[in-house]
Amino acid sequence: MNNKIENTLFQCRAINKEFGNVRANNDISINVRTSQIHALLGENGAGKSTLVKIIYGLLQPDTGSMTFSDKEYSPKSPKDARALGVGMVFQHFSLFEPLTAFENIVVGLDKELGEKELHASVITLSESYGLEVNLSSFIGDLSAGERQRVEIIRALIQKPKLLIMDEPTSVLTPFECESLFKTLKKLASEGTSILYISHKLKEIADLCDTASVLRKGAIVGEYDPKKMTPRELGEIMVGQSLFEPKRPVATNKSNKVLSVKINEVKPDTQFGVTLKNIDLAVNQSEILGIGGVAGNGQEELMQILTGEKKDRNVSIKYMDNDIEMLNPRERREIGLAFAPEERLGHAAVGNLNLLDNSLITDPKKRFQKKMGFIDFGELNAYTNEIIEKFNVKTTGVSALASSLSGGNLQKFVVGREIGQKPSLFIVNQPTWGVDALSAANIRQAIVDIANTGAAIILISQDLDEILEISNKVAFLTNGNLSIPTNTMDIKTDEIGAIMGGISD
Amino acid sequence: MDLSEINFAVLVASLIVASTPLVLAALGELIVEKSGVLNLGVEGMMIIGAVTGFIVGVETGSAYIGMMAAAMAGALLSLLFAFIILIMQANQVASGLALTIFGLGIAALMGHPYTGIKSPQISTISIPFISEIPILGTMFFQHDLIVYLSLISVLVIWYFLNRMRAGLILRSVGEDHDVAHSLGYRVVTIRFLAITFGGAMAGVGGGYLSLVRVPQWTEGMTAGAGWIALALVVFSGWRPFPLLIGAYIFGGITILQLNLQAIGVNINIALLSMAPYLATILALVVISMSRFRGNRGAPGCLGRSFVTIT
Repeated sequence: MNNKIENTLFQCRAINKEFGNVRANNDISINVRTSQIHALLGENGAGKSTLVKIIYGLLQPDTGSMTFSDKEYSPKSPKDARALGVGMVFQHFSLFEPLTAFENIVVGLDKELGEKELHASVITLSESYGLEVNLSSFIGDLSAGERQRVEIIRALIQKPKLLIMDEPTSVLTPFECESLFKTLKKLASEGTSILYISHKLKEIADLCDTASVLRKGAIVGEYDPKKMTPRELGEIMVGQSLFEPKRPVATNKSNKVLSVKINEVKPDTQFGVTLKNIDLAVNQSEILGIGGVAGNGQEELMQILTGEKKDRNVSIKYMDNDIEMLNPRERREIGLAFAPEERLGHAAVGNLNLLDNSLITDPKKRFQKKMGFIDFGELNAYTNEIIEKFNVKTTGVSALASSLSGGNLQKFVVGREIGQKPSLFIVNQPTWGVDALSAANIRQAIVDIANTGAAIILISQDLDEILEISNKVAFLTNGNLSIPTNTMDIKTDEIGAIMGGISD
Repeated sequence: MDLSEINFAVLVASLIVASTPLVLAALGELIVEKSGVLNLGVEGMMIIGAVTGFIVGVETGSAYIGMMAAAMAGALLSLLFAFIILIMQANQVASGLALTIFGLGIAALMGHPYTGIKSPQISTISIPFISEIPILGTMFFQHDLIVYLSLISVLVIWYFLNRMRAGLILRSVGEDHDVAHSLGYRVVTIRFLAITFGGAMAGVGGGYLSLVRVPQWTEGMTAGAGWIALALVVFSGWRPFPLLIGAYIFGGITILQLNLQAIGVNINIALLSMAPYLATILALVVISMSRFRGNRGAPGCLGRSFVTIT
């Protein structure tokens, strides 16, 4: 490792960083070569983000050294890093929503450029890399993909030699991912090195030349992802063999739990999707998977199912009762449970701790004693059980929900809902941003409650997830739902056509 | 009652004088809030400026030196606020309120020996040629230096916020301090500067009140001007020009109702005294309903403490 490798652009040696008692980075050394896409692979909390923050100058290492272009490199702030040729695109975008795309680009620059000059170079960049974006629109009005393009342009305009991408695909649709990969490959072919952080194994195999795997703050090794299967890489990443949950073996197929009929429901905002011709049913011990690219009506359908939006053109039958006019709380009381996609602010309250977050969805009043007093013993036990069973990484039950990482909060939310033993569980994107092993755990837990008799509606943009555990699948395109078919009968090449809205 | 007793040109000229303290203090607070800090101590900083400006003015015999002292006093008091909320990370609302109470108290103490004294005069500067224009000249071009400065400040602050990189950085710190930090901007330093500027502007506003507008020292003489300034910032949608219009409407109705009282209009005095406040609110509601979109809302991080996450 100590020999200088040809074409090394960036090197770090024996980086250590501690937060309190936690050693986030333990003796980390990596080499990034010129013109390569170098993956940094690891589970949530493996220390990837800490390492790149050190490289970008946001944190300083306790010990260790770095070199960049054969020179000593120790940035004290992101400004130093940018000046030397390191750019970064953050996982949670570092953009100002009330400002325009153009203003955001200006703020990210370290020196003042003429407005015309800047406009010209932004347009050149966006044309040559396929990064289309309307510069005068406000960031708040842009989609995740467009926001990312703004960030990439902002990073590229300073002509970085090393571009750090922190989990760039976690918020993108499959189509947006593809165009991002094209951009990155083109950049690499032109001499830019890319440090690509992810825990999605397939995209690393597609995209990256080298992969450094991190586990619990330390480097496990460097691998060639082209020569390995995603499964092998995944097992190195988690340090144990991965299992694949099996779809539930339905026993009581005839017992219909829920049927939904929607003729037409108009959206509340002009950017929403109109739901049309939706007809779905789900039986006991059955998982109905609803796939499709984001923004095709998933949010709107979820709101109808949870009761956050009520509409007269909808008919929802739950075990022979009409429930379309019930609100979410009333629906929960009769045995439904929901886990919406947005974890912070929708599924959980950021400024409340985990105990309180368990307490707020307590349809069966399990944690209530006489006269409205809270049963803290029971609540504590319940919350601790979720943390343990779903391996939620947190300092304890009194940690604020906002202090958990996205993936860990997701595990907590799904655990909280499943723990209520619902008869019908409706979940949107259960494993979004969750690492491989925990994702498998969440899927297994969903399958487990289905096996004990619950009906499940699983809305997800992860096609593999849907095909893996659903009994039946349907796809949303432009607010239309395709007719649910048995997963076993569906052919992979048909899916693309259904999702594209070509076949019906 | 005879409405012709009211000279319109003089009325406009005196409304500008009456509004200037508000314009100055509100512009300062506008910058503070754009950086994401809510300083409810405007009233306190104004009255400290008023008493300090008056004392220094009387002792030195120069209103300008008094005005500078007022700015320094306001800035000094705001530094205390900045220290409490930026370094000690205390709650901004509570700290701002405390600042107002503290300012009112200490100003009363300092100003006690100076009650009833007359302040040195500030000379008006007639701008050559255009001040000769009938009516318009009297209205706009025969004022003192501070009035001209306050109008120039409106322009400069608009240009700073909307056309300059530094202004953009200030706004970004106010919109999202975490993002600004991750880009490498010094959130605390930028807010320190903004708060100090706001304090100085409020101080000058107060100084103008005791040295020019009234001109003498009375306890509690700001009489809520600081609060009106705060309201102006919000209702103007954090934009300098609507802020100026709002301040002039407030000042204008104040002067008009005083004139009406003087000529003995048959309206209840309580209603007349209420009029400026009502009219300002109405006008600003109309302004804020305008079609302009974009930077109209409150800064995203207004009133939130910045804690560095490691």
